Amino acid sequence: MAIFFQLLIAGIATGAIYALIAVGFALLWQTSGTINFAQGEFVMAPGFIILGLMAFLKIGLIPAFIITVLITAFFFGYLFKRLLVEPLIEYGDFPLVIATIGLGILLKEGTKLVAGANALSFPEVIPDQILRFAGLRVSTADLAVLAIAVLIIIALQLFLNRSFVGRSMQATAQNANVARILGINVDRMILNTFLINAVLVTVGALLITPAYLAKFSNGETLGLLAFMAAIVGGFNQVRGALFGGFLIGVLENLGAFYISSSYRTAFPIILLILVIVFKPEGLFGRSEERRI
Amino acid sequence: MTEQTSEINQHIQGAALVEDTSSPILRLTGRAVLVGVVITLLLAPMSLSGYGLFLLSLWAVTTIAVQGLNLTMGYAGKISLAQASFMGIGAYTSTLLIQGAGMNFWLGLVIATLVCTAIGALIGFPALRVQGHYLAFVTLGFNELVILVLRNEDWLTGGPLGILDIARPSIFGFSLFEPARFYYFCMVMLALVSLAMWYMIRSPWGRAFKALRDNPFRAESLGLSTTTYTLLAFAIGSGLAGIAGAMLAPLVEFIDPQSFGLQRSLIFLLMVMVGGRGTLAGPFIGVFFVILLPEWLRFTEEYYLIIFSIFVILLIIFFPQGVAGIGPYLQKRFSGDQKNEAS
Repeated sequence: MAIFFQLLIAGIATGAIYALIAVGFALLWQTSGTINFAQGEFVMAPGFIILGLMAFLKIGLIPAFIITVLITAFFFGYLFKRLLVEPLIEYGDFPLVIATIGLGILLKEGTKLVAGANALSFPEVIPDQILRFAGLRVSTADLAVLAIAVLIIIALQLFLNRSFVGRSMQATAQNANVARILGINVDRMILNTFLINAVLVTVGALLITPAYLAKFSNGETLGLLAFMAAIVGGFNQVRGALFGGFLIGVLENLGAFYISSSYRTAFPIILLILVIVFKPEGLFGRSEERRI
Repeated sequence: MTEQTSEINQHIQGAALVEDTSSPILRLTGRAVLVGVVITLLLAPMSLSGYGLFLLSLWAVTTIAVQGLNLTMGYAGKISLAQASFMGIGAYTSTLLIQGAGMNFWLGLVIATLVCTAIGALIGFPALRVQGHYLAFVTLGFNELVILVLRNEDWLTGGPLGILDIARPSIFGFSLFEPARFYYFCMVMLALVSLAMWYMIRSPWGRAFKALRDNPFRAESLGLSTTTYTLLAFAIGSGLAGIAGAMLAPLVEFIDPQSFGLQRSLIFLLMVMVGGRGTLAGPFIGVFFVILLPEWLRFTEEYYLIIFSIFVILLIIFFPQGVAGIGPYLQKRFSGDQKNEAS
């Protein structure tokens, strides 16, 4: 039973990171209809930027992280929206899917070219130690990840639900036309979600890269996990994506231990397929009119 | 009934911009290019080295798989990110049957194709319920599942290292070991598949696929069974990937899970888009861009993928119809064709 709880805690910790990435993904979808197939690469790349800054500017992890947030906010937030999403979004989601697939390959191959194909080690925010209490062995790194991720999630929820800008963003997500009539600067709100997504993926990178190691191909797995979390939980709800992230993290950890570790990613995929076939709006989502 | 059919036709003509609205000059140029390409391909073994022929064979095999995806995605409008895994299933099935069970090459190829067709039809079932990006993720997940099985079931698939030393087959007592002979085999298969595709697109099936893509509700209300045609589009598209896989294994002479991963499926999708989805010439052009062009330009694969992805992004921004759509686009631009404007 102790093992079960240890796995559960580890699963919730990784799940919290998936939740961050999935929430960003869902936010982009809700406000602008963007399906970002490069989301995984958006998490992979900041890991390398942080490492690069630390190596060349000889600064610590936290200052490097802060600079990286600014960089990603500009490239993955502002430029991504202006250069790619804005010209394409009027043609429906398909061209944008193709464009973000292209962007993902570009980021992945670009990183491989610049940083090489080897996995690089990445510093942990809090050095990993094993704590023991009540017969459980819990890693401090897991707890730190969980604490940071949960704080970010709470801050995001407060921002979205309590602040004026956050509520305007929700209005934009629910119905852009009505929001516009009410005097909300819709374009500005959409840009905000892109900036928030950029911050979320960078935090995700900071938290997950120590476990994954910095590798150019990380985006494939991370992207898939984020998509699965968003869809399983429910695409059109922030809390759906949150729940989906935790669920995927726990399922992956429990499945890997109790059933088969080599089929680790298979469990979320099977869950994904079941959810899509039987409850496409997601376990926590509200059903939407079918779009074709 | 006639009125209904003409309505479907009208609808399709509006959508299939590339085929139905090209001017006689454009069509004539297209035919001249086609004849030129066929002659060049027939004469290629006289001047090309083994490696050159290998690349052209790879182009032919990949084009068969991409034609399958073009059917599913370009004509029937159902996005699929699992095409590489079907190629993998085809390659592994045929190799295991031929190398492992000592089966005849053709029999192995046919069974591999049938297996892919059947699994493809199964993958079509989610497509009955969900569209667009949901379907993209289901197929993406399926691709990943296939790779996991190929990687983990060592006893059957050889695990991450794959299967080495796959022999080139003999067909009708004629060994295909020589690059030039295997090359002609690939070209004959490509020609057969392309002819079948050409015939099918002009048949009622082809029209049904396009109707499914352009307006599923209307297609359904005009009496088309969208269920049947969705499953058919997936089944045939995946079957073609199976043929390509069964040919790829003896061409490359080894197979491993990595060659059929997500990245490959994504690149197949980009090939369809770059060539022009829903056009017969599209797959040939799209695959040319990824497999042959970098060799001529003397790029290594890493650099080339970067350039290719930038190219795709720019292409999508400027020509949502793909390369094959540029001709009609320019024509429309400069002649102010009323018919195109209206549709």
